[in-house]
Amino acid sequence: MKKMDNTTRYERLRERYMNGDLDRRGFLGLIGAAGLAYGVQTPFARYASAQNVSQVRFDGWGGVVSEAFRKYAFDPYTKKTGIEVVDGTFGGGDQYLSRVKASQPGEYNIAHLSGVFDYARYTGLGLNSELNEDNIPNLQYVIPKLIEPYRKISGGALSCVPYDYGTTGLAYNRKYISDDEVKEKGANILLDAAYKDKIAGWSDWRTRMWYAALQTGQDPNNATDVEACWDAVRQHRDLLLKYWTSGAELMSLLANEEIYVTEGWSGRIYALQEQGHDIGYMDPPNGFGWQECLFVLKGSPMEACEELLNFMLAPETSIAVAEGQNYPPALDPQKVDLGDKIPTLPAFDPTGKLNGLTFADPDYWNGHEQEWSQTMGRVQKGY
Amino acid sequence: MSVEAREARQPWILLSPALTAVGLLLFVPLGFILVYSFWLRTATGADQVGFYLDNWRAALSDPFYRDILLNTLKIAAITTAICALMGYPAAYFIARSRGNKAVLLLLLMLPFWISYIIRTMSWINILGVSGALNSAMLWLGIIDTPIQMLYNEPSVILGLVHFLLPFMILNVFVSLDGIDTNLEAAANSLGATRWQAFLQVTLPLSLPGLAAGGLLCFVLGAGTYITPMVLGGPSDAMFANLVFEAIITQLNWPLGSALSLMLLAVLGALVLLYNRYLGMAQLMKGLG
Repeated sequence: MKKMDNTTRYERLRERYMNGDLDRRGFLGLIGAAGLAYGVQTPFARYASAQNVSQVRFDGWGGVVSEAFRKYAFDPYTKKTGIEVVDGTFGGGDQYLSRVKASQPGEYNIAHLSGVFDYARYTGLGLNSELNEDNIPNLQYVIPKLIEPYRKISGGALSCVPYDYGTTGLAYNRKYISDDEVKEKGANILLDAAYKDKIAGWSDWRTRMWYAALQTGQDPNNATDVEACWDAVRQHRDLLLKYWTSGAELMSLLANEEIYVTEGWSGRIYALQEQGHDIGYMDPPNGFGWQECLFVLKGSPMEACEELLNFMLAPETSIAVAEGQNYPPALDPQKVDLGDKIPTLPAFDPTGKLNGLTFADPDYWNGHEQEWSQTMGRVQKGY
Repeated sequence: MSVEAREARQPWILLSPALTAVGLLLFVPLGFILVYSFWLRTATGADQVGFYLDNWRAALSDPFYRDILLNTLKIAAITTAICALMGYPAAYFIARSRGNKAVLLLLLMLPFWISYIIRTMSWINILGVSGALNSAMLWLGIIDTPIQMLYNEPSVILGLVHFLLPFMILNVFVSLDGIDTNLEAAANSLGATRWQAFLQVTLPLSLPGLAAGGLLCFVLGAGTYITPMVLGGPSDAMFANLVFEAIITQLNWPLGSALSLMLLAVLGALVLLYNRYLGMAQLMKGLG
């Protein structure tokens, strides 16, 4: 016997009603009951169907990074496992967190998060999962220094695997600004009135305060004169053409010569250099170093996610993605041969110790997040 | 059941799907936003449930929000005025054209086939330092160095006009298209010049469309955040950008809820005031 679908059921019901076999109250009652039954069973049906994983959702930074993931990781993974990777993009960790907060558990699975402070925030909000590291044997190739901070936050367990690292350094158009000038002025080149309206900056409050600390001669992880920092942020704002809000916008502003100098993400600047733009890049002393991780959110299909993480950490995948996105991978160069291109990438540390990079202290930055993000919103608009 | 009672119930039955949709998709979410606006955001980013007036106090008393709200209303008003000035002649031309009206309307609808964000970003390629306009002027020798035309208030208004102009033209067109052209001919036969016939017959009759287009442009313009984000400079933020930042960047949903309700209340009040004091009947009397 042929199985009847819902449309046929409703059509038959309607036909009975139109023929006068069913009164209006009965008809509406049956429609209502059908709707109620569907509404009640749908959430459970979703959990039931979640056992049979056919896709994993991945969210990242878009642009060349996303392209690299798609080409070198997701497509081969789908080919191997049959599990589809649906990828979305975001402009920043805050934006993504807002989306996750508004979603149902399991809707978002893996995120390419930046910084240990994001890991701490997501964990603090109870959005963390617990990875079974036995399912991720490729974790053994990762630089230990990149794993430690995450373990410290989540009491020994991991909700993520480190994936890459980079810096937010000074990017400048060599046609107008020389390497020597940037070396001499350091972070203060962003406050040089000679380049008024040719300066840009990321709208991110952490980056602004980090650079403000450098500009006022303070430790970015422990600024004592916060007012001086805000004054520096205001001074920068008054010289600014635009706060950029995404990597694509950063690249567009530099490539089109709308601006001559900004701070920028090392991998994006390398991508511009690869495209033939004469853009210089320099990390000032105490420049902003960061590490990125692949964070698995609570409610995700863990085994499928762990398999994807292990696949992505495999040296051949990780190296291919790193070469595509231009950020050094989290793989330890002492354990894995990283090929020819990666050692030429900005921020790369051949020792695997990462002693030359200054990372953000999650306690310090998360402790100021509420106050400083709000103040930045005002300062940014001329207040 | 009597016939009268059945007839009285009929509109409600017919309206029930629409009312259910509006209730579930508009009033219920608004209710959530209202409840949220009384909560507080804690330092960890989690929300503290309760009844706190802090967000409303900040939204209503802080000059920062007031100034940006006033700036938003100013930008929306300028945009609406430009749309009206540019849109009316275009709508008039389409309404009075013979034969190719459908083609012109299709051309008017064409921009809607492209994403609003893409349309907004297209101005970067036109007005940018290395954009089409600067390149053309440099090539023609009109300028020596590129002019900075982007990332300021005029570029935000330009982007908004680009976005909203079709809405104005369509509204005015619908109004003009419904006017009997014999009325203008009658005015001419009674001694009015073409300009007088337009001023005293066509314009007053088309005012409902102009007003509807104006309201639509104003409300949409005042609520936008993409255009100032893409085409504006550091100090060109509009009120919706504050809502975006509170909710997305600062994760302060309670404050963002209070701000969004404030914007809704201001725009709602303006619409009510407009209908109350600048209703069509009043406007037509004034012109008559």
